[in-house]
Amino acid sequence: MIAEAGHYALVLALALALIQSTVPIAGARWGDAALMNVARSTALAQLLFVAVSFTALVMLHVSSDFSVVNVFENSHSTKPLLYKITGVWGNHEGSMLLWVAILALFGGLVAAFGNNLPLSLRAHVLAVQAWIAAAFYLFILVTSNPFLRIGSPPIEGRDLNPVLQDIGLAVHPPMLYLGYVGFSISFSFAVAALLEGRIDAAWARWVRPWTLVAWIFLTLGIAMGSYWAYYELGWGGWWFWDPVENASLMPWLAGTALLHSAVVMEKRNALKVWTILLSILTFSLSLLGTFLVRSGVLTSVHAFATDPTRGVFILLILCLFIGGSLSLYAWRASALKQGGLFAPVSREGALVLNNLFLTTACATVFIGTLYPLALEVLTGDKISVGAPFFNLTFGPLFVPLMMAMSFGPLLAWKRGDLLGAAQRLTAAGIAALVTIAVVYAWTFGGSTFAPLAIGLAIFVVAGAMTDLAERTALFRVPFATAMQRARGLPRATWGTAFAHAGVGIALIGIVCETTWNSEYIGTLKPNDVAKVAGYELKLDGVTQRQGPNFREMIAQFTVSLDGAQLSVMLPSKRNFTTRGSSTTEAALLTRGASQLYISLGETTNEGAVAVRIYHKPLVLMIWWGPILMAFGGMLSLSDRRLRVGAPKPAKASRALQAAE
Amino acid sequence: MTRKQRRLTMIGGSLAVLAVAAALVLNAMRDSIVFFSTPSMAAEKQIPTGKRFRLGGLVQPGSLVRGDNLAVNFSVADGAATLPVAYKGILPDLFREGQGVVAEGALDASGVFRADTVLAKHDETYMPKDVADALKKQGHWKDDYGAKPGAAAEPAPTQGASK
Repeated sequence: MIAEAGHYALVLALALALIQSTVPIAGARWGDAALMNVARSTALAQLLFVAVSFTALVMLHVSSDFSVVNVFENSHSTKPLLYKITGVWGNHEGSMLLWVAILALFGGLVAAFGNNLPLSLRAHVLAVQAWIAAAFYLFILVTSNPFLRIGSPPIEGRDLNPVLQDIGLAVHPPMLYLGYVGFSISFSFAVAALLEGRIDAAWARWVRPWTLVAWIFLTLGIAMGSYWAYYELGWGGWWFWDPVENASLMPWLAGTALLHSAVVMEKRNALKVWTILLSILTFSLSLLGTFLVRSGVLTSVHAFATDPTRGVFILLILCLFIGGSLSLYAWRASALKQGGLFAPVSREGALVLNNLFLTTACATVFIGTLYPLALEVLTGDKISVGAPFFNLTFGPLFVPLMMAMSFGPLLAWKRGDLLGAAQRLTAAGIAALVTIAVVYAWTFGGSTFAPLAIGLAIFVVAGAMTDLAERTALFRVPFATAMQRARGLPRATWGTAFAHAGVGIALIGIVCETTWNSEYIGTLKPNDVAKVAGYELKLDGVTQRQGPNFREMIAQFTVSLDGAQLSVMLPSKRNFTTRGSSTTEAALLTRGASQLYISLGETTNEGAVAVRIYHKPLVLMIWWGPILMAFGGMLSLSDRRLRVGAPKPAKASRALQAAE
Repeated sequence: MTRKQRRLTMIGGSLAVLAVAAALVLNAMRDSIVFFSTPSMAAEKQIPTGKRFRLGGLVQPGSLVRGDNLAVNFSVADGAATLPVAYKGILPDLFREGQGVVAEGALDASGVFRADTVLAKHDETYMPKDVADALKKQGHWKDDYGAKPGAAAEPAPTQGASK
């Protein structure tokens, strides 16, 4: 009954989406306000029905109703409640339902809070949202119905893939989807602007918060996924340049570029055509990511779907939306007038540079991800493009980007003073040079690259602080006055500083972890001692334990430093009986920003256990960075000018009409 | 600065960055791309000693020998040929005899594949895609690896060639 209700609600949502995708556009054509307002009610109703459908699937999973194929294949009655719920999106059908639920949520938010939007713009935006929604409802209903029943219900389910039974996976997909799908809003705004043939600074101001929200979630989602891979897969690696990871990195890079170009458009009314293109590209890359992950064309844990009909269906959606929006762009973009002038050395110029490097970096990731697929289709040769390729292409492109990052905020709009900016960055430059010298001397004989990279990171962090110090006139006016000025600064300025510093922090973590990671791999018998980076780890013994749906072998290690006992670490290996597979639960000991990491291998006949022990210096900074970036994004989102809403669009006389 | 000059500067700058990126990509493509082969393909192509590639196939049942200090030896088979593999380290959780595996490394002078990475990125029913494709081509595809989990509780490990 619940399954049928959920299925029916989804069909109703499709019907509503079809209405929403046509009626408001007709209304906008005829200038009929009542028809345009249909978009608002249908978007809200759609959200309601998708929510009903999603709740139905959650209830089926929680009550372990194995007469539903989806529940049978991905759940088990002894699975803890939390993983019964998260198991809903730990599989293809459920995760697609989550995808459309989030799409409907964003549509509903625009409908509910878009009262200050011009009526026709809102109608167009919601209609475009409904096109996307309709395509994906059809996809779910035709190829991946999560509510399918089994003729003769089995008594027990097949359980969820054990590596997915983890708190990281409870949070990672919803975060990532909030990011991916959130970019649909800027896409819809872009297509709406092209349909209407007009765009102005007010448009950018509406788009920016939505892009920012999506970007914050995507940043956190990627960081979350990376940390999950780090502690759950047991290799101690945090980024593998796996196509699935690249699929989320590409929209992030394009989205970051979009955030910055939207600033130029909002403040200076320039780069309009480019901003529209970036909006389209960002969401196209999100769709591409969905295709790569969901169609099963890749070899990866994430590719649950192996059925080619799904792949072809998503490919059709992909071609329709990307092809359609780019054609519309080619046809209408010339109608949008060019905006304000600026010199190459200016804030705008710096942001253009940022966009240039981010999109180029994105393109290299794109090539590295899709080239093997294309080659296989064309020649049949199978190749793998791994970390070395990306380190050689992505890395060098990020160096100039990070150098420029400190200069950007110090340049004035329209025409900047590069020499002046450089002078103000003297302190940051000195800090960077001192860091390079100190790190080089300290690790003498080691890598020469690492001190330089850390110096660059310090330059970025110090540059972000310089911007704040300059704006508050710290050290030039009395401290109290500076504090007062600091309070008066726009939150967006603080946001920029935090986000930029976050990039530097993450770089420090990345460099330290990859350069000075020390490891011990070997077999240990009880009472054996392993020495890693000055720490002594003694294996006390191995015990067995029965968990809710697994058996667990736990090893106990006593960790001491210079003879003083610090802590006990309990890495384990879990054996999931239903699927007959095992997972490695690494034990982590955090010391400041550094971590000790133990993961277990197999046991030998003599009772010895194989272990991997790592000492990872400053590894946590890799994730503190993105958290700081997301925090900066949130500060920026709370900026007064975004809270009070966008100004009225430019008057008709000054409006940038399409040359029709 | 006029609009035209600005546009020229921007286009010039973009082209410069794109040229650098293209050079980086081509350079990286030359050095860091690794081809995939099965044992019989490796024998056919006469892959030179020291050239890195990815070896995929099934772990030959009964071939796994554990040595001292985490040294492991096993053979990878694809039905037509087998290739001995030497690896030092901890094997992934999903590594099993008779299951699909992908190892990355190079052949040494004695014809042993020295692996520095062993991947078993699949669950009990899912094969590494490269391996599955290669096996399908050669007609050594086990039905149950690709079978969609249907209503049956456990797919029976029946051996049979399809395609």
